[in-house]
Amino acid sequence: MSDYNFAYLDEQTKRMIRRAILKGLAVPGYQVPFASREMPMPYGWGTGGVQVSAAVMVPEDRFKVIDQGADDTTNAVSIRKFFERTAGVETTEETAQASVIQTRHRIPETPLNEDQILVYQVPIPEPLRFLEPRETETRKMHSLEEYGLMHVKLYEDISQHGAIATSYAYPVKVEGRYVMDPSPIPKFDNPKLSGCPAIQLFGAGREQRIYALPPYTRVASLDFEDYPFDPSKADHPCDLCGAEDSYLDEVITDDAGGRMFACSDTDYCRARREAGHAGPRATAQHEEAGA
Amino acid sequence: MQTEALEGGFADAPLEAARAFRAAMGAMARPGRIETLDGATPPAPLSPAAGALILTLCDPDTPVHLAGAHDVPAVRDWIAFHTGAPAAGAEAAEFAVGDWGALQPLDRYRIGTAEYPDRSTTLIVEMTRLETSGALLRGPGIRDSAWLSLPGVDAFRRNAALFPLGRDFFFTCGDKVAALPRSTQVEDG
Amino acid sequence: MYVAVKGGERAIDNAHAWLAEERRGDPAVDELSVAQIREQLALAVNRVMTEGSLYDSDLAALAIKQARGDLIEAIFLIRAYRTTLPRFGAAHPVDTAKMACDRRISATFKDVPGGQVLGPTFDYTHRLLDFKLAAEGEGEAPDAPRNPAQEGAAPHVTGFLNREGLIQTEDASDATPPDLTREPMELPAGRPLRLQALTRGDEGFVLSLAYSTQRGYARNHAFVGELRIGAVAVEMDIPELGFAIEIGEITLTECETVNQFTGSKTEPPQFTRGYGLVFGQTERKAISMALVDRALRWKELGEEDQGAPAQDEEFVLMHCDNIQATGFLEHIKLPHYVDFQSELELVRKLRREAAQTQMQEAAE
Repeated sequence: MSDYNFAYLDEQTKRMIRRAILKGLAVPGYQVPFASREMPMPYGWGTGGVQVSAAVMVPEDRFKVIDQGADDTTNAVSIRKFFERTAGVETTEETAQASVIQTRHRIPETPLNEDQILVYQVPIPEPLRFLEPRETETRKMHSLEEYGLMHVKLYEDISQHGAIATSYAYPVKVEGRYVMDPSPIPKFDNPKLSGCPAIQLFGAGREQRIYALPPYTRVASLDFEDYPFDPSKADHPCDLCGAEDSYLDEVITDDAGGRMFACSDTDYCRARREAGHAGPRATAQHEEAGA
Repeated sequence: MQTEALEGGFADAPLEAARAFRAAMGAMARPGRIETLDGATPPAPLSPAAGALILTLCDPDTPVHLAGAHDVPAVRDWIAFHTGAPAAGAEAAEFAVGDWGALQPLDRYRIGTAEYPDRSTTLIVEMTRLETSGALLRGPGIRDSAWLSLPGVDAFRRNAALFPLGRDFFFTCGDKVAALPRSTQVEDG
Repeated sequence: MYVAVKGGERAIDNAHAWLAEERRGDPAVDELSVAQIREQLALAVNRVMTEGSLYDSDLAALAIKQARGDLIEAIFLIRAYRTTLPRFGAAHPVDTAKMACDRRISATFKDVPGGQVLGPTFDYTHRLLDFKLAAEGEGEAPDAPRNPAQEGAAPHVTGFLNREGLIQTEDASDATPPDLTREPMELPAGRPLRLQALTRGDEGFVLSLAYSTQRGYARNHAFVGELRIGAVAVEMDIPELGFAIEIGEITLTECETVNQFTGSKTEPPQFTRGYGLVFGQTERKAISMALVDRALRWKELGEEDQGAPAQDEEFVLMHCDNIQATGFLEHIKLPHYVDFQSELELVRKLRREAAQTQMQEAAE
C-alpha cells in the first residue's frame, strides 16, 4: 500500500463517480457527464476506465486488466500495477477468477458471470460524434431519439461498398432507446454485450462521460432487415489452441507473406492449450518469454 | 450539536464506503435483489442501510431532503457532520429520505430533463419490511422477472412511463437495501 | 516460429530506468537544481504554473526538471498533482487595480495616470545571440538601475474610457464562477468558464487562434488598452476569525484589449473589451487570451457569426487543453491491432466481393 488513498482517488471524487455510475445503471446507454479528474496517466490511455475501476473496487476484489484481449500488453501491465500499488488488490489473468475486469478493445471470450464487473476504457463515447462533431447537437439528437443520421451513414456504406463498413466500435441500441458506442471492440464482440450476466460500465475520462449496461440488458447492433448485422471474424482457427470461435490476431511471421492467427484473448488461449487443445502450429516454444 | 451526531460514521471510510457502494450498485443494477449495507449506526429513525447510503453518496454537492419523521435535529446534525450535505426542499433535492407516506407527493422531485435525464432525484424509502415478493419487476438488470415488496405499484408504473426521465429509488430496512431504477417495468405480482 | 510477446512489465521497468539516465544526461556535466530552473528559466516556470493551474514555482521547476524540459509534460505532472490536493476554500477575487506593477504599458494612450513602465521585457532587445552567456560563471550578477516605486494606485486604462461611456461596461457579479476542474464542461459555456479554459489552454493554440482573428477570421481589431504585470495580494475569509486576511501574494499578467464595435439598434457606438489573466509574467498568453475572449463574445455583443474558428465556443473550449490533446493524440501509439484486424477483414471481404462482381460482369 502507499501514502495515497485507497484506489488513489479521494473520497469526494469517488462519490461523484459513484453517483454517475448509479445514474448510468438507471438509464442504460445514456452518457452521464462526470467531472473526470486528471489522473497520473495520460488522457486516452484509460483514465476513464481507471476512474470507474477505482470507484467500484473493494479490497476483496481480484482485478484483471486486458488491452487488445491480452494481459501482458504494456498499458495493461501499467494499469494493473497502478492498482496493485494504490489499492493493494489481488490481480489475476484468469477471466473466471476476476471480480473486476478492466478492458480496452475486447470482451473476454470466457462468458462472464453475475459476480463480475466489466469496465471498458472508452476514447470517444458519443456514437454520433463522427457524423456530428458538436456535443450541443448530438445531445439534442439523443434527447429527441433522432438517430436517422446514423442509419443514413450505415445505408450509404451499403450502397457504396455492398456492406456496412464499420468493423469496430459498431453502434448499438440499448433497450430500444439510446444508441450507444460499445467502445472500439471488434463487432465480433457485439453479441456478448446483450444479455450479459455481469455489470458493464463504460468510462471516458477525457470526454467526461460514464455509461452503463445493467446485467441482462438487451443490446442490439444497428442493422437493416435486408442487411442483418454480421459479427464476422477471420475465417481461420487459432494456430495455437485450435479454437474456431475466438477472435484472432493476425501475426506476420516472415517477410514473404507468411502469417499465422492466434487468439487475441491470451487467457482463453492459454486455458485451452492447458486443457490439451492444440492448433496447427502449437509447440511448447511460445510459452516462454521473449521481448 | 449532540455528541450523537459525531458518532456512527464509517470506522474506515475509504474501505467501508467502497463496500457499501458495491452493495448499492448491486441493488441498482439488479432491481429486486436485496443486499446488505452495514457499517453505519445513524440516529433513529434513520436505518443503518439508509445511513450507509448517505455516507457513501452524499457530500456538499448533494442537497438532501428529509421527509416527515426523518426531519429531526439528530438526523440533520448527523448528516451535516458526516457528509456536509446541505438540507433542501423536495424540489431541489438530489437525495430524499423518509417513509413512503412522508415522501409523497412524488411529483415534487426532479425527473431530469430530456437532454440531461441524470439530473433527477434519488429517493431513499425507509421500509418496515423488505422481501423478494410482491410487485413483479421486469427490465434491465433482471434476467426474466423479479419480485419486490414495493409500497405500491401505480406510482412506480407512472414513473417508469417517464423513461428516460424519472426518479430512482432505494428501499431500506434495517441493514438491507434494494433498488428500483426508472427503467424497471412494474406490475401487480 | 512465433513467440508471443511477453515481459511487458520488465520492458516498462527498463524503459523507465533508461529514461532516468537520459534525463540526467552526461553525469560529467553539473546537475541542474530546482532553484536554478525556478530562477533562470522563470518564464517556462510561469507557463507551467498557468496551464497547470497551480501557483507554486518550486513545484513547477521540479516538474520541468523531471520532464526534461518538455513543458506540456511538466504541465501534466502539475495537473496530476494538483487534482490530489484538498480544497480549503476560495480566495476573494484579486484586485488588479492595486497591483504593484513591474510592467505596465498602454497602446491606446501616450501617458496614463500611474505611468507607463516598460519593465523586464524582451520587446526592444535585438535578437542577437549573446555569446557572453555561453561563458561559464559569467562573473558579476547583472545589476539594473533602480527607481523608487510609483506612489499611489495605477487605475485601469479601460476605466477612463468607461467614465465617458465609450466602452462597454462589464457588470459586476457575486455569482460563484463555475470550475471546470470540478464539474464536467457544459455547453454553451458562460464567459467565466471560457476564461478559465483559456487561462489553462495551450499557449500555442490560443496564440494561433488570436493570430487568426488578426488576419481576418472574426477580425475585431484589438488595441492593447493595457498590459500589466506585477504582484497582487490574495485574501481569504477565515471562518474562525470572521474576517478576511491576506494569505500571500502572487504575480499576474493582465491584459485588457479595447476593440472596435459599431454599435447596434439599442447601443450607441462604443468600444468593447477582451480580457486575459494568467500567472506570472506570461504576456504573450495574456494578450492572446484577450483576443480570443473578445472573438468568443460575438453573440453577447450582437455581432455576426462569421463561422471563424475563434468564434466557435465549442471548438475552442473542446480543443484548447493541451493535456487532453496530447493524451489523445499520443494514445494512437498504443496497440490497436484488434481494431486494425477487424478493418483488415472488412477490406479483404469488400475486395473479394468487388472482384466477384467484376468477374460476373465480365462473364456476362
